[in-house]
Amino acid sequence: MHKYIGRRILLLLPVLIGVSFIVFTMMYITPGDPAAIILGEQAADREIQMLREQMGLNDPFIVQYGRFARGVFTQLDFGRSWTTRAFVFDEVFNRFPTTLTLAATGVLVAVLIGIPVGIISATKQYSLFDNIAMVFALLGVSIPNFFFGLMAIIIFSVWLGWFPSSGYSSPMHMILPAITIGTGSAAMVTRMTRSSMLEVIRQDYIRTARAKGQKESVVINRHALKNALIPVVTVVGLSFGYLLGGAVLTERVFSINGIGNLMVASIQERNYPMVQGGVLFIAFTFSVVNLFVDILYAFIDPRIRAQYK
Amino acid sequence: MSNTTDGTKAKESTRNRPTVKHPSSQTEIESLGHEQPYEGQERNPDAPADIHEIKPRKRKSQWLEVWQRLIKNKAAIVGGILLLILIFSAIFADFIAPYAYDFQNPQFTRQAPSSDFWFGTDHLGRDVFSRVVYGSRISIQVGFIAVGIAMISGGILGSISGYYSGRIDNVIMRLMDVLLAIPGILLAISIAAALGPGLVNIMIAVGISSIPRYARIVRASVLSLRDQEFVEAAKAVGANDFRIITKYIIPNAMAPIIVQSTLGVAEAILSAAGLSFIGLGIQPPIPEWGAMLSQARTYLRDSPHMSIFPGLAIMFTIFALNLLGDGLRDALDPRLKG
Repeated sequence: MHKYIGRRILLLLPVLIGVSFIVFTMMYITPGDPAAIILGEQAADREIQMLREQMGLNDPFIVQYGRFARGVFTQLDFGRSWTTRAFVFDEVFNRFPTTLTLAATGVLVAVLIGIPVGIISATKQYSLFDNIAMVFALLGVSIPNFFFGLMAIIIFSVWLGWFPSSGYSSPMHMILPAITIGTGSAAMVTRMTRSSMLEVIRQDYIRTARAKGQKESVVINRHALKNALIPVVTVVGLSFGYLLGGAVLTERVFSINGIGNLMVASIQERNYPMVQGGVLFIAFTFSVVNLFVDILYAFIDPRIRAQYK
Repeated sequence: MSNTTDGTKAKESTRNRPTVKHPSSQTEIESLGHEQPYEGQERNPDAPADIHEIKPRKRKSQWLEVWQRLIKNKAAIVGGILLLILIFSAIFADFIAPYAYDFQNPQFTRQAPSSDFWFGTDHLGRDVFSRVVYGSRISIQVGFIAVGIAMISGGILGSISGYYSGRIDNVIMRLMDVLLAIPGILLAISIAAALGPGLVNIMIAVGISSIPRYARIVRASVLSLRDQEFVEAAKAVGANDFRIITKYIIPNAMAPIIVQSTLGVAEAILSAAGLSFIGLGIQPPIPEWGAMLSQARTYLRDSPHMSIFPGLAIMFTIFALNLLGDGLRDALDPRLKG
């Protein structure tokens, strides 16, 4: 088990370096001279040249990347904002709890809706409940979360006045964004739980459990669910990363001051280090989350654990 | 020619006789014989024309079977019809839309839906219905071209990776792992931010960000087909690698690619709308649904119709593609049906 965890952590490192390389390359090919953007339109040529030299922009690509990677991996230095000269990492990290909370509440919504509905759908396949649930699941996958958010604001804050429409300062503020960001994943988790349950229910050991006279609730909850949850864990883990990405749009809809909104604002003022810093930070988080999911996987599934004994 | 027709006639009469005599026992054997031309040849060495008659029938029947399974699926039919309506409105937008998409009518700004303006008007007095209709053009273009970019690049990378294995496989797949480590929409955002706004850049950004998925699917298929006997046979005949991959492997790996691209078009449209929504995508006055939602957000309280209709348009497009994609998956591989 330790060997497995150690191996997975070692495999994470090249991926992180790769991500930093891609993100840096993207910033490098972005048109426009960073020095000119920082100094503004009135800057003299000589000043721009001096800043270019100072920032090391005249160095070869690989030297620049080396400097960037060293900063990122040894000092958590993601570069500096072109507009305020603040450290990108600090700005992004300050907003990280907000984005993380948003994504986590979204996952909570997805799990709380998706798993029970998926189980009931599978145990009562082709029933009215199943059919309605599947139509809603498909609609849930199809609705863009920014549109869902706008509709939620119209209905629940403008018409009914139950929830505030923007901000993120109290639990009441968190409900609409959580539902908005979680709906798509809830639909995915429902579909996955259902199909995984259906597959497990047809297995021989379930028939055995029933044959020995086990109560149906025990058969479903103990024998079937435990085995059916393995692929569901993957979907939940993946959707956490997906939600960190989706947070960009949801934060925009509800004016939540997270990483996503920071990135959108930075895009508009062409402050690319901030955009890339946000991407880098979320990609790192996503990779770490995936690592946890993989390890969790080994804990749930003895077959995987056995491979690494 | 006359000889062969005589031959087939003679053969058919000999063939048909037993089926007529013992319909219950012989029909099965006869139909099997139809699918395997070599058996027929053994029985009638004088009639080689028979082989040419049978071969295309077998190829067709595989896709025919898929088609028959697909049209039995009501959900897939609904999806297909919705999609056809969308394509129809994209092609004939000039005839369907009552106004030009950029026609501004300052007297009628932010009007609620009425008989003159079915979906109301926006903050500049433009007809929302017309803009939604024209918007289908943009979304279809973005969806299909982005998927095209992803499918072709991902397909090439995946084929090379799966066919040659070894070091090149390792390099390509590790690169794909790295790309997959960045959530899709964020990758699209950072590419789009680097390239700048615009329709073409959006297609490229969304396309590149979904390359890894196609590469993985194609690689898996190629890997499973690479050592099959028909590939070996092609190698023995002297076909080069390019020919083997394009003529023998890819056609047999089409099923998962078709399913993934149908669902992929939906995702591409969704991502593109998302990019436009945060201001990275298509620039005004081009009527892109996501961009329309972005503008409508300001007027959410007083003019909700401005956001409802473009949003519904996105939703139904994605819904249709998902229905069709699910149906295609079930039809192409009935074993996967859950």
